[in-house]
Amino acid sequence: MAIVTTPKKACAVNPLKMSQPIGGAFAFMGLRGAMPLLHGSQGCTSFGLTLFVRHFKEAVPLQTTAMSEVATVLGGYENVEQAILNIYNRAKPEIIGICSTGVTETNGDDVDGYIKLIREQHPQLAKFPLVFVSTPDFKDAFQDGWGKTVACMVEVLVESPAGGAERDPARVNVLPGCHLTPGDLDELRTILEDFGLKPSFLPDLAGSLDGHIPDEFTPTTIGGIGVDEVAGMGRSSCTIAIGEQMRRAAEAIQAKTGVPFRLFERLCGLIPNDEFLAFLSDISGRPVPAKYRRQRGQLADAMLDAHFHVGGRKLAIGAEPDLLFDLSSMLHEMGAQVTAAVTTTQSPVLERIGTNEVLIGDLEDLEELARTRNCDLLITHSHGRQAAARLKIPFYRAGFPMFDRIGAGHQLSVGYRGTRDVIFDIANLVIADREENHQPTPDSWRTSRQRLKPSRRSFIASTEESIA
Amino acid sequence: MSSLSATIEKIFNEPGCAKNANKSDAERNKGCTKQVQPGGAAGGCAFDGAKIALQPFTDVAHLVHGPIACEGNSWDNRGAASSGASIWRTGLTTDMNETDIVFGGEKRLYKAIKEIISKYNPPAIFVYQTCVPAMIGDDINAVCKAASQKLGKPVIPVNSPGFVGSKNLGNKLAGEALLEHVIGTQEPDYTTPYDINLIGEYNLSGELWQVKPLLDELGIRILSCISGDGKYREVASSHRARAAMMVCSKAMISVARKMEERYGIPFFEGSFYGIQDSSDSLRQIARLLVERGAPSELIERTEAVIAREEAGAWAAIEPYKPRFAGKRALLITGGVKSWSVVAALQEAGLDLVGTSVKKSTKQDKERIKELMGQDAHMIEDMTPREIYKMLKDAKADIMLSGGKSQFVALKAAMPWLDINQERCHAYMGYLGMVKLVEEIDKALFNPMWEQLRRPVPWEEVAKNRQTKVMAQMDAQAAEVAADPETTRRAKKVCFCKEVDLGTLEDAIRSHGLTSVEAVRQHTNALGGCCKRRIEDILAKMPVSSPPAMLQAAE
Repeated sequence: MAIVTTPKKACAVNPLKMSQPIGGAFAFMGLRGAMPLLHGSQGCTSFGLTLFVRHFKEAVPLQTTAMSEVATVLGGYENVEQAILNIYNRAKPEIIGICSTGVTETNGDDVDGYIKLIREQHPQLAKFPLVFVSTPDFKDAFQDGWGKTVACMVEVLVESPAGGAERDPARVNVLPGCHLTPGDLDELRTILEDFGLKPSFLPDLAGSLDGHIPDEFTPTTIGGIGVDEVAGMGRSSCTIAIGEQMRRAAEAIQAKTGVPFRLFERLCGLIPNDEFLAFLSDISGRPVPAKYRRQRGQLADAMLDAHFHVGGRKLAIGAEPDLLFDLSSMLHEMGAQVTAAVTTTQSPVLERIGTNEVLIGDLEDLEELARTRNCDLLITHSHGRQAAARLKIPFYRAGFPMFDRIGAGHQLSVGYRGTRDVIFDIANLVIADREENHQPTPDSWRTSRQRLKPSRRSFIASTEESIA
Repeated sequence: MSSLSATIEKIFNEPGCAKNANKSDAERNKGCTKQVQPGGAAGGCAFDGAKIALQPFTDVAHLVHGPIACEGNSWDNRGAASSGASIWRTGLTTDMNETDIVFGGEKRLYKAIKEIISKYNPPAIFVYQTCVPAMIGDDINAVCKAASQKLGKPVIPVNSPGFVGSKNLGNKLAGEALLEHVIGTQEPDYTTPYDINLIGEYNLSGELWQVKPLLDELGIRILSCISGDGKYREVASSHRARAAMMVCSKAMISVARKMEERYGIPFFEGSFYGIQDSSDSLRQIARLLVERGAPSELIERTEAVIAREEAGAWAAIEPYKPRFAGKRALLITGGVKSWSVVAALQEAGLDLVGTSVKKSTKQDKERIKELMGQDAHMIEDMTPREIYKMLKDAKADIMLSGGKSQFVALKAAMPWLDINQERCHAYMGYLGMVKLVEEIDKALFNPMWEQLRRPVPWEEVAKNRQTKVMAQMDAQAAEVAADPETTRRAKKVCFCKEVDLGTLEDAIRSHGLTSVEAVRQHTNALGGCCKRRIEDILAKMPVSSPPAMLQAAE
């Protein structure tokens, strides 16, 4: 049982957290023909846009209501109206998703009311899909924005099935958390299809941000789940939610359509995937395909090979709650000690992380804890690179943003295969670090002080020797 | 201390700005930032602009007062380089929460300043205002003043909340903050007749260091660079420079002009992008310094360096000329002076099919016409769709632009080169221009493009097969659709064994089955996941005794 603490300091140093509105906008990017719109000053959008572009190395649709000082004082109705009309006429989207920001929440813009009024004023918009989510910057974090937005999409877009409508037993809804990459979604799709199931992903980033090259230039998202498909999610036989952040959306589907859900908190690691495949086998009535038996064997072998390197490592990890829970649990299960854990926002999973304390803080806290507790493996998003350089310990990039490496959209962590890849990557980092920075020299064990107090490195090295 | 709106007004009436000077009174009153269009805007905000302008001061702590979005989403995203200090790359924010919005964030800001001083002890702290605290009325000027007095450290308010305007306006507001609170507050250790200021140079990718060796060679000292690789003490004592160069940017013009007004430092507007530009700039620096009392032999020495460097650069570019013959380039730039790059690219033998002039002045456009001819394709504002079309139709072989439009080119499978702020190569001075030509060559002649543009060989085959299959399926579907009963009966019940409704109904009817177990025995149905569905079917079927014939047989 971990205790969740918050620091007392006034100044966040090297933030770990990204803001809630861009988490919301991110969710809209998994809809086909969508244009996410941030209701705020243009900087709110510009920063988010830059972040997404640097992470995915893709063109990203994101618009702003461009609130000026005067509009902020007088209320943003006209800006919202103009923005919707401009986007509707120019980009010809299938849906516009609107997220509020700190500015428009502080002045109290009633966007739901605005939308009603706009629909009345402009009959062409009467039936046009518009989803609004309240996502103030000064509350919660990126994954909360994502979770809330998916719940709102469900409430607005999913239709309650008519009385006698039959459910399609092969169809399943999948609600992935924001810690899954487009690559992860593709992997899940393959797994589900191998069981004869037809998954509908909400949102489906794999269609829009997987880096495929479209034939034509589109100002909106270039793929993702269509509004019509979302509307029909009430006809699925069940909903699979991945990550605690998706509970709200899964409950919303159940309340609206009666489709039952099952929530998987993690999909990285051996046991979670065993449970996942057992569930799929159960709902589909099919045995687990032979392919996954092989993959399971490969993962088991990878764990055997890697545990020499991962076991005993003191892990410092900073990530959003669901990703933190997923990765830290997987490494904890392989013998790593979760020595420092920092996260961005509250979540029920935090207290079940295999460590004594989880801090809701920033990268300075993480760096400080890693230093004082002698951590020798750092996992966080790309902003951790400076801390890793100062600490001189191996650094595994995970989460959003990942802007200083390419292929962020295809980093795989779900399924037996994804887990295997993560394990190999982390173990290889550790090995490379040892080769580069911790080669023994003739003087390594010479001084009496060192003999008496073996350093943490030599301890690990000696374990390996004994195994060898 | 003047109010924010008064400061903005003052900035809009910048007499040193050529663009502003050409405007009518009515136009000038509107200010220089166009009101952006909701739903059609792409630029950054005034806070972004202020932060960009000042963040390259490397030994200063940059504290952002606002909710997490402003700093959390944007920190450490600029490629400026530092020769030593690293505190500027540390993301610092008050991360205001709901309670702060309700009760005000001033106390938190003060505490944050105190924490930073006790932890890092930087020579100064810049505090950036953002929209939300501006809305709720946090007075950062007062907090900074109080903090400066109590903590004995310069704490500089940068009053540039996002919603007051564009990035460009933010640059200017940052300049105002420097003029009001920093410049002239300290004295340099010593001065020389060769001291200059560089204004508006950000040392992206360390490109200033491509030019600095030449200045060092000439004995010219950069007293202060605003703000690339800058130090607080240098900018605070920058009023003792003899001359200043405003580096290819109108954004900081008020700083240059007001320093001329207050301290008599003459300035010129120049650029180190392009060979001729670099030479011009060096000449101008030498001329201004000599006018302010430096020995006149500086001019001769400068000419010698220019001659040597130019000869070297041209010689290095020469081999590319035959390779670039007939290659067409499209240049879409924001801040960088288009014509200075145009000249260099033409010298390398590239054919310029178009260049953007969005931020260029009238004079700039004249120079472009001079270089590219009267029918120069000057692009005021091009939508991504138009750029894409232009590239796709192969009206250009390579695009040089900023990072945001790169994907337009890359998705059209066209070579592209980043020449804006986020680039990772340095393109300044003589060396930089040679590097740019080298990079263009690398991009243009990469064998990858050819492979990417080649049509997929199996696509046609697959298409043909697909149409055939589709036609077959359509025919089948038509048949099935003709008979609703067939469709109903064809519905799968057990997905694992692919047993359809018709089969089950027949079995139930012919054997008079009543339980799932019985159905399982008589059909292939597994009765696992489909158990409930079979129960439903059983419930719906009329309970009838088995046909008499069968009964008799049993």
